[in-house]
Amino acid sequence: MTNLVVARPEGLYCTAGDFYIDPWKAVGRAVITHAHSDHARTGHGHYLAHTHSEGTLRARLGAITLQSEPYGKTIEHNGVKISLHPAGHVLGSAQVRLEHKGQVWVASGDYKLEDDGTCAPFEAVRCDTFITESTFGLPIYRWATPAALSLEINEWWRSNADAGRASVLFCYAFGKAQRILYGADPSIGPIVVHGAVEPLNAVYRAAGVRLAPTLSVSDTSVNPQLLKRALVLAPPSAQGTPWMKRFGNYSDAFASGWMQLRGARRRRGVDRGFVMSDHADWPSLQKAITSTGAQRVFVTHGSVAIMVRWLNDHGLEAQGFKTEYGDEDMSEPPTANSASAS
Amino acid sequence: MKAFAALYRELDATTSSLAKQAALQHYFLSAQAGDAAWAVYFLAGGKPRQIVPSKLLRTLAQEAAGLPKWLFDESYDAVGDLAETISLLLPAPTQSHELGLAVWIEQRLLPLRKLAPELLTETLRAHWDQLATDERLVYFKLMTGGFRVGVSKLQVTQALAAVGGIDTKRVAQRLMGYLHISGQPTAEDYALLVAPENSGELNQKTSGQPYPFFLAHPFNLPLTQFDAVLGVPENWLVEWKWDGIRAQLVRRAGQVWIWSRGEELVTERFPELAAMAAALPDGCVIDGEIVVWRNDAESADSKAGKVQPFAQLQKRIGRKTIGAKMLRDLPVVLLGYDLLEYEGQDLRAKPQFERRAWLDQLIEQLAQPQLLPSPVLHAASWDEFARQREAARSMGVEGMMLKARAAQYGVGRTKDVGVWWKWKIDPMSIDAVLIYAQRGHGRRASLYSDYTFAVWDGAPDQPERKLVPFAKAYSGLTDVEMAKVDAVIRKTTIETFGPVRSVKPTLVFELAFEGIARSPRHKSGIAVRFPRMLRWRIDKPIAEADTLETLSALLPTVP
Repeated sequence: MTNLVVARPEGLYCTAGDFYIDPWKAVGRAVITHAHSDHARTGHGHYLAHTHSEGTLRARLGAITLQSEPYGKTIEHNGVKISLHPAGHVLGSAQVRLEHKGQVWVASGDYKLEDDGTCAPFEAVRCDTFITESTFGLPIYRWATPAALSLEINEWWRSNADAGRASVLFCYAFGKAQRILYGADPSIGPIVVHGAVEPLNAVYRAAGVRLAPTLSVSDTSVNPQLLKRALVLAPPSAQGTPWMKRFGNYSDAFASGWMQLRGARRRRGVDRGFVMSDHADWPSLQKAITSTGAQRVFVTHGSVAIMVRWLNDHGLEAQGFKTEYGDEDMSEPPTANSASAS
Repeated sequence: MKAFAALYRELDATTSSLAKQAALQHYFLSAQAGDAAWAVYFLAGGKPRQIVPSKLLRTLAQEAAGLPKWLFDESYDAVGDLAETISLLLPAPTQSHELGLAVWIEQRLLPLRKLAPELLTETLRAHWDQLATDERLVYFKLMTGGFRVGVSKLQVTQALAAVGGIDTKRVAQRLMGYLHISGQPTAEDYALLVAPENSGELNQKTSGQPYPFFLAHPFNLPLTQFDAVLGVPENWLVEWKWDGIRAQLVRRAGQVWIWSRGEELVTERFPELAAMAAALPDGCVIDGEIVVWRNDAESADSKAGKVQPFAQLQKRIGRKTIGAKMLRDLPVVLLGYDLLEYEGQDLRAKPQFERRAWLDQLIEQLAQPQLLPSPVLHAASWDEFARQREAARSMGVEGMMLKARAAQYGVGRTKDVGVWWKWKIDPMSIDAVLIYAQRGHGRRASLYSDYTFAVWDGAPDQPERKLVPFAKAYSGLTDVEMAKVDAVIRKTTIETFGPVRSVKPTLVFELAFEGIARSPRHKSGIAVRFPRMLRWRIDKPIAEADTLETLSALLPTVP
């Protein structure tokens, strides 16, 4: 039996349907799981993605030929039935279900099982073959619940506000920033966001996600006195730039799954590391794979070798797919870990 | 336990000394005395013997986590720290506790040593089932004897001094022996650390306090001006400038204290000097230089020895415990050059030459191989001294000290009651500040190993002064030092330009170079040849780095 999806130099390729999933080179037809830059690249002839990815895709890629569909709707292309299902990663993120001649494959893109309230939660889709990520594919990665995490962030913010200093939280502008806004307690103080964050907030709000109200540093109401109680969300690239000067004596933090490790926290050089990831932790990866009922698993990125060995030891037929997916979280992975990622 | 784990996390997270100081003080102010007693013990470097062997702990943890060995090992590789790996892999706690650090240590951790092996697994499981992840980290670090966090004993000393409202040097004295308490540090021990000074401590005769060190000024004038500026050589006491640790040896009330210039108590690092000092009469304070001193010719006469490079002394400074081998291989002496107190009398107002004469007499009487006089050099003219000084490099000294014959022993870097000049030799070296770092290549590919150094463009009293880059260097550090520097660079980065980072100036290095010339192409106007790092001046704050003026003084005079 031939594989419905294979790894080609351009990306994951559906043989029967003659299209790609999240290709990293320009191709004719592409199904896009979500709008993060390593999965949604420029130059394809035709894009298919979830309705809620439309705003972010168009903002990033400009005038593209985009077909957007809701979750669960089946469309057919070259005899392959294609449907999108929630992946719980970021707004509009989708797993791609492919059915052809009785074979069902699911390409999950990036996913997370915990419902964070800002996007449709992950939905297990039964399949014969599951294509999974393994960004945090080691048992040292276990996440606290979104509620516990919000509590931790709010406590840090409150104690800074009480001490009269701003709380600068570095986080990726698409996904994490909105999760933080969703869980932030606006009674503590005002929330100020960097210019790179606000356009994405607008996309989330347009999709009906309730986010705490935000201010921009250029707003007239924003003054040094107000900033002393503020929570400031900024992309990691803002760390150490002159933009930060306006916040005076502030406390800073970084939100990422890598913050689980002491070494990574220390390398970041911030006061606090909050363990927040858009990816599944180790127990969730296992749970997701099991819940699909798949007998065959392809592992695309992260701790590929480890996950493949683990799954094979547990009676599944697993192998790696060589891909070029990284992750916005991977910008500074723990160095000791890079050897195990293929 | 919770508060101590939180303190550990705070200390671990920051590189700022101020933030560390604030965290330490906050902890000591709010902790129970019994808990604080143990906290001081661990933070200042105290180590109980290993409580559970690491290998056994590893096996138990792997079983408890329900993981195959290979996956445990992969996890350990990713984390790089056993205690942290275990704390992350164990099942989440199902219980909680409100017990303090002292209870955990005394009633739970220490008794594990005496526990029968068959009971160990069960007991450990019950323990870690009550601990949150960050508490587990501390718990396992204490258990494996690998407790280390980025604070120095001096920082702990300063925090205790602030909390108790007493002098830092006083706390340093009280901490002597604290780490060797054969029993266990108690609430009373802690209370004594931070108590107000008692009458015995306040009494000069029984106090271990040193005098403030008298510091020298750099002297870089051309030889032709010596007569005009200094007068005749007969008015000066001239000695070699040793490359060691400046120290005061304090002998009072039957006890000995050895203080470094950083006002750090280093008695325990130099047991042979402490033993030698027992021969000194009470009420006696000697100022001098600790150096590694070895006699290559196997002569019995220690005076025939020779000073060894500073790097050798550094090996001893780095060690917490000084073993017999180290005492044998790296023997130190005190090269005495001043007598500040004798028979309980403060001699600092006496003229330099008188103090020196008394010192020489005392050293001769004592005849201790570990106490040698720093030789006084003689010459009829400054020219002759200059010729003698040419031997400095081969002798392993930094140049000469010129001390005014009539000088009193002043306080700090003053000139009001007399002056000490340091007349350094030309193998030019400068204390410079690291301001840019670039990633290296090959073996150093992931490390920031190539650095740009700067000096100040004005004196310390000029608030507007800036750092001016003048040299790049990439050799001279050990791999261990480089890894540490790399970590600091990553944490203090201001901006990244491709492979280059600009960093917040915090690191001072002594740079050596073979030649120096004016260069209009360089921002500083100066170019140096073959610059390399001689050593990392951890002891120097950036404000004390050299200036463009001191750098320019090294330029050859135009004929």
